[in-house]
Amino acid sequence: MWQFIGIRVIQGIFTLLVISLLVFLATRLTGDPALVLLPPEASSKADYERVKKQLGLDKPLSTQYLIFLSGAVRGDFGLSIRDRRPTRDLLLERLPATLQLALAGMVLAIVIGVPLGILSAVKRDSFLDKGAKLFAVLGMAAPQFWVAIMLILLFGAILKVLPTYGREGPENFILPSFVLAWSIMAGITRLGRSSMLEVLDSDYVRFARIKGLKDGMVVWKHALRNALIPILTFSGISLAGLLNGAIVVEQVFAWPGLGRLMLDGVLQRNFPVVQAAVMASAFFYILTALIVDILYVYADPRIRH
Amino acid sequence: MAAETPALILDNRAPASWRQRIKDARLPWIPITILLVIVFCAIFANLISPYDPRENDVRNKTQPPFASAGHVLGTDKLGKDVLSRLIHGSRTMLQVTAPSIIVAILAGTMVGLVSGYSGRWVDSALMRITDAVLGFPSILVALLIVTYLGTGVWNVMIAIAATQWARFARMIRGEVLSVRDRDFVVLAQIYGVSPGMIVWRHLFPNVINTLMVLTSVSIGQVILLEASLSFLGLGLKVGDPAWGIMIAEGRKLLTQAWWIALFPGLIITIVVMAFNFFGDWLRDYLDPRLRRAG
Repeated sequence: MWQFIGIRVIQGIFTLLVISLLVFLATRLTGDPALVLLPPEASSKADYERVKKQLGLDKPLSTQYLIFLSGAVRGDFGLSIRDRRPTRDLLLERLPATLQLALAGMVLAIVIGVPLGILSAVKRDSFLDKGAKLFAVLGMAAPQFWVAIMLILLFGAILKVLPTYGREGPENFILPSFVLAWSIMAGITRLGRSSMLEVLDSDYVRFARIKGLKDGMVVWKHALRNALIPILTFSGISLAGLLNGAIVVEQVFAWPGLGRLMLDGVLQRNFPVVQAAVMASAFFYILTALIVDILYVYADPRIRH
Repeated sequence: MAAETPALILDNRAPASWRQRIKDARLPWIPITILLVIVFCAIFANLISPYDPRENDVRNKTQPPFASAGHVLGTDKLGKDVLSRLIHGSRTMLQVTAPSIIVAILAGTMVGLVSGYSGRWVDSALMRITDAVLGFPSILVALLIVTYLGTGVWNVMIAIAATQWARFARMIRGEVLSVRDRDFVVLAQIYGVSPGMIVWRHLFPNVINTLMVLTSVSIGQVILLEASLSFLGLGLKVGDPAWGIMIAEGRKLLTQAWWIALFPGLIITIVVMAFNFFGDWLRDYLDPRLRRAG
């Protein structure tokens, strides 16, 4: 158990190192970072040399990487080119919004997806089963940004019942988190259904039925717990999808999170900000994947060995 | 489950005709038809679209659909015909997604074969890189690439290939691991067949089915990724006939002209769904072991 966690932690750190190396090399390979990081108003040769020295670009590449890494650990990637603020402050400012949104999306996906999958399994081949399947398949195929725009049109412009931008109150969460949730719901519903079908067919569930337990009791107590294991794994896998979606969804709903920070950084070629945002999301992605893996081991004692 | 399996099943039936075989395959006709229509539109875009997709017509700005005789699906804020832009959009979509997915398949298959067959540190190193790419939101990787290389179609294609190869590599590696120690491979090794030849003649044919299924499932994802990048303004130029761009343009006029954003989104959804259903069918058809209830 501890050995497993240890191995996963080391793997996670290694993956982070690979990503940091890629991010580091990307700036060095595609141009002179001193030129890129030079503020637009300063362009004399002396300025250039000063920036170069300040960034440590006169040192060998390996030393530069170590400096980059030690800064990265503290969330320090230098100053934003645009407003000269430390990237670390920007990160701390934007991170909560994205984490809240991703969490809300995940919770919503599970809260809608799991019962839907279970109902489909229990009422197999019914009208409800087919409807749930169509709903899930649509969510997987429809582009998130388009769903977001259509929801804004429907609930914001026509019905005028929900706010469509910003992050003031809880009602601001409804539309963006639904858009995020819908796209990963398909997998959760489908998994919930198939693993429920499998569990319902198993010996111990049959035994519970033979014992005379009520159907509801069998489904929700005995079967659900075991059907949840694959869903847990899938939730971990869909994190990448969730972060993916967050970038687009934040853009459409003017959500002041990491995704917008990153996209603005890309469009303004604000390299320090992009590096900071990429490393931060990589860190959170790997951390959550690790937690899911550990939970997985807890949920299914069979994998411990 | 199966009660008593007879020891030997004698099959005296004549080999099925191709007509019968197509019937038995239960081809998903609806997705196939949709995909054929899209490909047809992409190839003959110039012939079948009623207008030039880039032509402005200021006298017919933001015409609603089905209102005027000329523009069936309406026009955008510069009077460009929405239907023509949709038809040309299918061509743009294929032009961007097809080359990038082919590159991703080639690269991913190579990495997967090498990684699975060589094992040891080569495998570990390649798989860590694969995990790093795979576990990483693909839009993020694409954003990173576009930041450094700049926006544009080519860079979007590079970005798509750079994010998609990892899935192929992972899957192919798994398949290779499962056949690597089988007798026919071991025998080939004992016989002195070179590693390259073993990979090509003995391992590769065993992963083709997986490859085809994964491809058809991935295409949907790639279409969505491409549309997202276009929508975010990282790919093609504003005004180009691409579905993602049309939605971005429609977003600005949402309340006055809903149809500009609605139709391209519907088309993307339908096409991605068609690919997903086709992929599901292909998986069931090629791998009867996976044909389970549900």
